[in-house]
Amino acid sequence: MSTTAELLKGAAELFPGEVVTQAHVRHFDLPLGAGRFALITLDNGHDHTKPTTLGPQSLANIDAAIDRVEKEAADGDIVGVGVTGKPFIFAVGADLKGVELLKRHEDALAIGKGGHDVLKRLSTLAVPSFAYYNGASMGGGVEIGLHCSYRTVSAALPAFSLPEVFLGLVPGWGGCTLLPNLIGAEKAVSVIIENSLNQNKQLKGAQVHELGIADAIFEGADFLEQSLIWTAAVLKGEIAVERPAIDRGEAWDQAVAKGRFIADGKVHGAAPAAYRALDIIADAKDGDLQQGFDAEDRALADLIMGGELRSGIYAFNLVQKRGKRPAGAPDKSLARPVTKVGVVGAGLMASQLALLFLRRLEVPVVLTDIDQERVDKGVGYVHAEIDKLLGKGRINQDKANRLKALVTGVLDKAEGFADADFVIEAVFEEMGVKQKVFAEVEAVAPAHAILATNTSSLSVSEMASKLKHPERVVGFHFFNPVAILPLLEIVRGEQTDEASLATAFGVAKKLKKTAVLVKDAPAFVVNRILTRFMGEIQNVIDEGTPVAVAEKAVEPLGLPMSPLVLLELVGPAIGLHVSETLNGAFPERFTVSPNLKAVVEAGKRGFYVYDSGKPELDPEVAALLKQGDTVLSEEQVRARVLDAVAQEIGLMLDEGVVAEAQDIDLCLITGAGWPFHLGGITPYLDREGVSERVNGKRFLEAGVASVPA
Amino acid sequence: MPRTVRDVVFVDGVRTPFGKAGPKGVYHETRADDLVVKAIRELLRRNPGLDPKKVDEVAVAATTQVGDQGLTIGRMAGILAGLPQSVPGYAIDRMCAGALTAVTTVAGSVAFGAYDVAIAGGVEHMGRHPMGEGADPNPRFVSEKLVDESALFMGMTAENLHDRYPGITKQRADEYAVRSQEKAAKAYANGQIQADLVPVSVRRTNAEAGETGWGLVTADEPMRPGTTLENLAGLKTPFRVHGRVTAGNAAGLNDGATASIIASEDFAREHDLPVKMRLVAYSFAGVEPEVMGYGPIPATEKALAQAGLSIDDIGLFEINEAFAVQVLAFLEHYGIADDDARVNQYGGAIAFGHPLASSGVRLMTQLARQFEEQPHVRYGLTTMCVGFGMGATVIWENPHFEGDK
Repeated sequence: MSTTAELLKGAAELFPGEVVTQAHVRHFDLPLGAGRFALITLDNGHDHTKPTTLGPQSLANIDAAIDRVEKEAADGDIVGVGVTGKPFIFAVGADLKGVELLKRHEDALAIGKGGHDVLKRLSTLAVPSFAYYNGASMGGGVEIGLHCSYRTVSAALPAFSLPEVFLGLVPGWGGCTLLPNLIGAEKAVSVIIENSLNQNKQLKGAQVHELGIADAIFEGADFLEQSLIWTAAVLKGEIAVERPAIDRGEAWDQAVAKGRFIADGKVHGAAPAAYRALDIIADAKDGDLQQGFDAEDRALADLIMGGELRSGIYAFNLVQKRGKRPAGAPDKSLARPVTKVGVVGAGLMASQLALLFLRRLEVPVVLTDIDQERVDKGVGYVHAEIDKLLGKGRINQDKANRLKALVTGVLDKAEGFADADFVIEAVFEEMGVKQKVFAEVEAVAPAHAILATNTSSLSVSEMASKLKHPERVVGFHFFNPVAILPLLEIVRGEQTDEASLATAFGVAKKLKKTAVLVKDAPAFVVNRILTRFMGEIQNVIDEGTPVAVAEKAVEPLGLPMSPLVLLELVGPAIGLHVSETLNGAFPERFTVSPNLKAVVEAGKRGFYVYDSGKPELDPEVAALLKQGDTVLSEEQVRARVLDAVAQEIGLMLDEGVVAEAQDIDLCLITGAGWPFHLGGITPYLDREGVSERVNGKRFLEAGVASVPA
Repeated sequence: MPRTVRDVVFVDGVRTPFGKAGPKGVYHETRADDLVVKAIRELLRRNPGLDPKKVDEVAVAATTQVGDQGLTIGRMAGILAGLPQSVPGYAIDRMCAGALTAVTTVAGSVAFGAYDVAIAGGVEHMGRHPMGEGADPNPRFVSEKLVDESALFMGMTAENLHDRYPGITKQRADEYAVRSQEKAAKAYANGQIQADLVPVSVRRTNAEAGETGWGLVTADEPMRPGTTLENLAGLKTPFRVHGRVTAGNAAGLNDGATASIIASEDFAREHDLPVKMRLVAYSFAGVEPEVMGYGPIPATEKALAQAGLSIDDIGLFEINEAFAVQVLAFLEHYGIADDDARVNQYGGAIAFGHPLASSGVRLMTQLARQFEEQPHVRYGLTTMCVGFGMGATVIWENPHFEGDK
C-alpha cells in the first residue's frame, strides 16, 4: 500500500503539463483575541482568467500544507485552520486535461484516492477547519470545503457547482458522500444531479448559504475579514453554528428516487454518471463516510475509463474552445463594421431575428415586408418582446426605450436598406422568391452590404448567382428556437469572399452564437444528419415496424426527445420539405416517406395526442399510416439508423461540408441538443464500432474522445 | 428662508491599521480604494442606526489623486462600499490635513443645513503613491524665490523648525519620540486603539516580504515598542548633515485609511447615533512653506479666538506627530511641558504612522475615546501641520462633560 505522497508523485509523472496550484500557509492573530490562525491560500499564480485547478502536484502541495498545520494544531500553536482562494476564484476542481491523459484503471483509481486521502485530513485536525468560498468553486474545489468543519461563502460568488455528472463523472473527492450528510439527500440531489443535468446550472453565493452548504454569508467587499471575525467568534464560542437535522428516513430514499426520475428524463439511462452518483448518495444514508469515499473512488475510476466521460470532456472542450474560435473562419481583421441591419420579411422568424440582432448588436434594425399590416405586426412583435424583458427586469426602461427606438419597419426597401451593412432575408423557402428578394435588396443596399440568407436547405451559391456582387452572400442558418439554440451554421457560397465571411463570423460572435463554417451543401449539417436519421426511422415504420418499436429503438442514445416528437417540434411540413430537398440531391439515400406526406396532407401537426398526459399515437394518424410487413426488432432498427448516420457523416466529411468530425459534433450538440455523453455523435459511433463497420475507420483518433491507447 | 447654524457632531470614527509603505509593507498588494472602502463599511456596520440612504455626502481625502486614489475617490469609494447610488461623493486634498479638511468641509455643510449626515475620511497609500508622485512645481517658485527650495522636502522643513526653536534639541525630540512609542504601546495594552480599527485582509505573493497567501492585519505595522534613547541616538539625520531629524523622531512613510460620520446633533440624537464630540471651531492658517511645522500655532490661535477660548481651556490635545519638533514647537509656544499628560495620551504618528491624507480622522477618533474616558474635560483640540506651509486646527467639546466638579 503506497502512501499518499507516493500515489500523488506517480500521478504527477503522468501529467507533466499540470498548471500547479500552490497552497500557501500564512499565520496571523485572529481578531477578538481568539488566537493564532493558519490560513491556506490556493493559488496557481495566474490571474482570475486562469482559474485554480487541482492536479496531482497541486494535491501534493495541499498535502504538504496540511502536514504543517496538522503539526501546529497538534502542538497547540494554532487555534484553527482556514482555506481560501486567490482573488475571484476558490478552486474549480480537478484539472480535466490530466483526466484525459489517464490510460489505466489503477491510475484513475489513484486520482480519486489521492484526492480523498489529502482532503479528508482537513476533517481530522486537532483544531476546527474553515473553508472560505471567496469566488468560483466547482467540483474538487467545493469538496475541499465539504471536508472542513465550517464554511462561509461570499455573496459575490458567481458560480458554485458540482459539475461532475454534467461531464460524465461523480463528485468523487467526498462530494457524493459529504454533501447529503451535510444538507440532506434532497438538496444534495438537486446540486449533484439536477443542476448538473440542467446544462450545468451554477449556484450563486446566496443559494449556497440557503442550501445550508455554507454556515454564514458575507458581502464581497470585506468577505475574508468578516469570515475571519466570524471564525474568531465561533472559536471563542460566541457564535454557535446550528445546522438543521437531516431526515435519514423515507425522505432520503424519495430524494434518490427523484434523482433517478430526473436522470431518466435527461439521459434515459444512456449515461452512467448520474446513476453512479445516486447509488453513492443512496448508500450515504447510514453516514458511513469512509465506505462512501471508497465507493466514490471506484465510481471515478470506472467512469474515467469509460467512453461517456471522455465524450463528455471532448464535448465540453468543443463548446468551450472550438465553439469560440470557429475552425476555418477568416482573420477577424477583415470583418467590416455592421452599424445597421435590414431584415427582409416581417413574419415570425424574421421578427425573432430582428429581436436577436437588436438586443445583441444594439444598432438600427429595419424590417420590410409586402404590406404595411405585416410590417406593423413584425415591429409590434419586437416591441412586445422588449416589454416582456422589461417586465421581467431583464432590461431597464432606458434600455427598453433605446431598443424600441432602434427597430423600425418600412415598405420601401430603398428607404430601409440604403445605409444597411447587413441584410438578412427570412422569406418563403423557394429559390425564385429568394433570388428576387436579393436582387431587389442589391439594387438599393450599399455595395459593401452583406446579404445573408436564413435558408435551411436551398443552395446559397445558386441564390447568389444572379447578383452583380455574389461575393457578399452568406448563409446564416439559425436553429429554432432562435433565442435558445446556440448554433449558427455559416454557409460559404462558391463566390463568397473572405471579407464577407469574416463579417458574418464577427456578427455571429456579437450575437453570442456558436458559429460553424459550412460548405454550401444540401441542408448543410444538422438538418442533413437529422433528416437522414429521421428518414431511416420513417423507412422502418413505412416498411412495417410499429411506431413504438422504432421510437424506442433509439432511446438508449439518450437524445433530448424521440424522433417523432422532434418532428412534431420542427413541424411535419418542414420536415417533409427538407426531406424532399435532400431526396432531390441524394435520391439513393434520402427517401420521401409516403406516410409523412399523408400526415402533412391531412394537415396534422404531429403524430401524437397528449390527452392522457403522455404521448399516444393519434388515432387519426394511425388510420393514415400504410405500413409494409417487415417488422424489425429495436436492435435492428437502431443498427440501421446508426449505420445510416455514420455513412452520411462519412460522406459529408469526404465532401468537405465541414473541416472535421469535431464540427459535426459541435453542430449536433449546439443545434440539436445531442448529449455530451455521446460527444455529439461521432465518439459514440466510434465507441460502438459503427464507424468501423460502415466506413472501415474511426472518425476520431483513439484518445481524442476516448481512452488513449 | 432664514438659516440657522446647527450644531455639528462627530458620531464615530474608524480606521484601518496603518502599514509601512514599500515592498515589504503589509498593504503592498492592497489597493488604496479598498482600504478606505473597508473603513467606510466598518463605520456603517458599527452604526446600524444610520440608514445608508440618508448619507448626504462621502468626502474622501487623498494627497495623490491618481490611480487607485483617483477618479473622485469619494464617489468611487461610496459605490464600492455598497452605499446606494443616490449618495454622492467627492475628493479632497490638503495633503496631511486631507481627512481633517474632509471633516471640516462636510461639517460646514451640515452647519449650513445642506447635509444632515456625511461620511468624511481619507486614504494614503504612500507605497503605491510616493510623496510628490507626478508633481510638477511651477519653476517660478524658485526663479522668483517665492519659497525656499527646502519647502518641498518635509524633513528639511523640520530641520528649519529646529533652527527657529534652537532650544528644541535632538535630545528633546528623541525623548519625545520614545515617550510616543511608550504611550502607544500602553494604549494598545489597554485596548484603547484596537477598538477603532477595522481588520484588513491582505494578499502577499512576494515571498521575500514574508509568508505568502492571504493574511489579516489587525494592528499598526510601524509600531516600535521598546524603543530607547540609545536606539534613536545612532540614527542618521538624512535631511541635513549633523541635523536633528531622524527616522526615529518623525513619522514614517505609511499606508492606511480612515473614515468618520459627521452629523448635525439633532440628526444624531433622532437616529440614536452616538455623539462622541461636538464641533466648536476650526481654522486653517498659512505659514512660510519652508517651516510648515509651525502651521499648527497660527491655526490654533485663530480657532481659539473664534471660539472665545484660551489655550488653558483645552484639556486634551491630539497633535499629529509628523515630526517631534513640530509638536515640541507647538508646546513651547504655548508654554506646555514636553511631557504634559494632556498631550497625545495614546502616543502619536511617530508610533502609529502617518498615511498623509488619512491622519486627521485618527486624531479625532483618539480624542473622542479620551473624551469618553475623561468626562471632566470639556474641550480638546486636534491639530496638524500641512505641507507647503499650513496648519489646521479643530476644537471639540466633550459631550460627556460633567461640569466642573
